This record gives sequence, structure tokens and C-alpha cells, in this order.
Amino acid sequence: MITVIHEHKTLDVDARIKDNDLWLSSKDIEQKLGWAMKPEGLCQDEQCIPYPSDSEGDCLENGYLNVSKFWDLMGKPILHDEMKETWLLGAGHKERAEKLASLDAPDFSLPDLDGELHSLSDYRGKRIFLTTWSSW
Amino acid sequence: MPVWQAMYDEVGSDNFLIIAVAQESRGAETAREFIDEAKPSYLCLIDESHQVADLYNMVNVPNAVWIDEFGKIVRPSETAGSHDAFRSMNRQDFSQTDEALDLAARAQMTYMDAVKDWAINGATAENAYDVDATKRNIQLPSESTSLAHANFRLGVHLRLNGKEQEGDKFLATSIALHPDSWNMFRQAMNLREIGEVMGLAADQDFFDRVDALGEKRYYPAPNIKGFPSEAGYEPKI
Repeated sequence: MITVIHEHKTLDVDARIKDNDLWLSSKDIEQKLGWAMKPEGLCQDEQCIPYPSDSEGDCLENGYLNVSKFWDLMGKPILHDEMKETWLLGAGHKERAEKLASLDAPDFSLPDLDGELHSLSDYRGKRIFLTTWSSW
Repeated sequence: MPVWQAMYDEVGSDNFLIIAVAQESRGAETAREFIDEAKPSYLCLIDESHQVADLYNMVNVPNAVWIDEFGKIVRPSETAGSHDAFRSMNRQDFSQTDEALDLAARAQMTYMDAVKDWAINGATAENAYDVDATKRNIQLPSESTSLAHANFRLGVHLRLNGKEQEGDKFLATSIALHPDSWNMFRQAMNLREIGEVMGLAADQDFFDRVDALGEKRYYPAPNIKGFPSEAGYEPKI
């Protein structure tokens, strides 16, 4: 089983590894990563990344998509362990920086001590002092 | 935590909320004893992968952001009232002089008063930024910062899933890519069980790194009126 860490979620996925590339089933790309595979490319929200036209066969095969190739195209980091069992699909600095520069507070969902999830956006309407701490 | 609770008690929760996020890769059980002891009435969340530091480009704890009622950042990430006076501490027993403790307390009180003023008065508070000032003060992540967060997250995951050595390699890469992040450096030390005795991930390596800052602050002073300008330590040359 291949594990993918994406947007701070850890997912078990239906994957194939070819050379140094991670290929994911279109079902998992849509249901687990939240990207839609459309004729014009790989899409999320308003953004579509076109399939590389000269090499479509290189990135789509039997219902699997070469995610490594797309992550490279988008300028986002993709890392894996030595055994290629655990993959990390990271965020690019441009998306992080653009979001912060817009001054819209980036949303997140995190558990409290009882494991109940809270999103920042649940508390819209209040002034929020968002602070960090640690035991170390 | 007690200072946050005292402020929260004073301001009230009608229009205000404190969200205290533990940057804690060891998870809820490690944070629990601190939270149980403080018994906060504000919201405490556990962030194993340091997601908040990643999203808000934070580099240390405590770092804080002020977010208004419309979900807009009105003060970007900055030191939440901590002071470099700790750098003069005795490094064997972590004890501090009264002078250093006073300075740190004054810094914290000045900052918390500013938060309280904003919590009550919003945009008209003395230290509230307008949009231009917020944009001028916000620090945006670089390519290496985002790559560092990716390495950190994978490193933590591998470490917590039985691949300690391999995890440490990714953690070392994250620290090299983002040397300004004390979060990555100290969480990695904590995962390697350095500093278990005193409960703080602060060994000779840590203090060497702090000393190497020279006149640069470990806790850059927030731009708050009345915040103490004294360094509170003698830079090592």
C-alpha cells in the first residue's frame, strides 16, 4: 500500500510507481486529492493544468495519471521515501505567498484534545487571536 | 497560557476568541498535560504537522496573527510578546535574574495589552494595522521555505511510523532549507529526545545557534508601542 500525504492529510491510495514517478488512479485523484480530471486538464477550483500535448501517453495510462509530472509542472514539491512507499505532495511557495498577500486568513481544520475538528472559518464574525505554543 | 486566559476573561467571548494551536508533532497526549493544567476556556487545537506555521509563515513559538471578524489578517505573524532576555539565562539550570524576568514580563504585558485593546476596539485600536501596514509587515514564504515544510512533514511522518533514521534525514534537510525556523529545529530535537530532562529542547547546540544570531533577535520585537527596546542579553562575539 502506498501512502500519500497531501495538504496535511495522510491518505492510503491506489497507486503505481514507475521509475521515480507516482501514478494515481483517476478515482483517487478526484475523491482523495480533490482534483478533477477534465478533457482540458487536471482542474481544481478555477485552475486547470493542461495535459502536456506532445506527450499525453506519458502522463495518462489505463486510468492512471502521472501525478509527479503534474506536481513538477505546477512547481510544487513532491518527495518520497527510499522505498517509494510514502509520498508527499507539497504546496508551492507561490500559492502560499499569494494567499497570504491577499490577507485572507488561510483556513485550516485541526482537532482539539478530544479529536473533534475545528475550522478557523467556523468562527467567522469574531476577532481571533491565533497563537501558537509547544511543549518543547 | 495564564496570560492568555486572563485576557480572555477580561475581554469576554462575545466578539472575540483565542485559538491556541500546539505545534506538537508528538500529538495530543504530549500537549494534554499542559492544557489540563492551564484549564483554558479558549479553543486549544493540536497541530502535529505544523500546518499553521506552514500556512502563516511562522518560524517560532509563540507566534501570533490577528484576524478580524471578516476573516482578514490585520496583523501578520510576529512574536506574541516573548523577549530575548532569556538569552542571559544560566545554561545549566535555566535560571534567570530578576532583571531579565522583569524585562520579559514587561514585554509580555505590553503585547497582551495591545491584543486586549484590539480585541475590544478593533480597527480603531492603537496598534491595529490598516491594509497597507499589514501588507508592508507581512513576510511571504520563499521557494525554499515551502520545500522545507514539505521535507519537515515527510520527516515527521516517517519518524512517527518507524523510520527514524530516514525521517531524520528529511528533518535535517528542512532545517538546512529554512534556517530561520526554530519550530523545525526544536521540534526535530524534541523528536530525537534531546532536552527531555528539563522538558525543553535546549542543549548546547541550541544555545550555540542562538549565540550565532549575535545582535539579531531570536524573538524579533513586535512593532507595538511601548514594547521594551532593550536587548536583554550581551551578544557573544
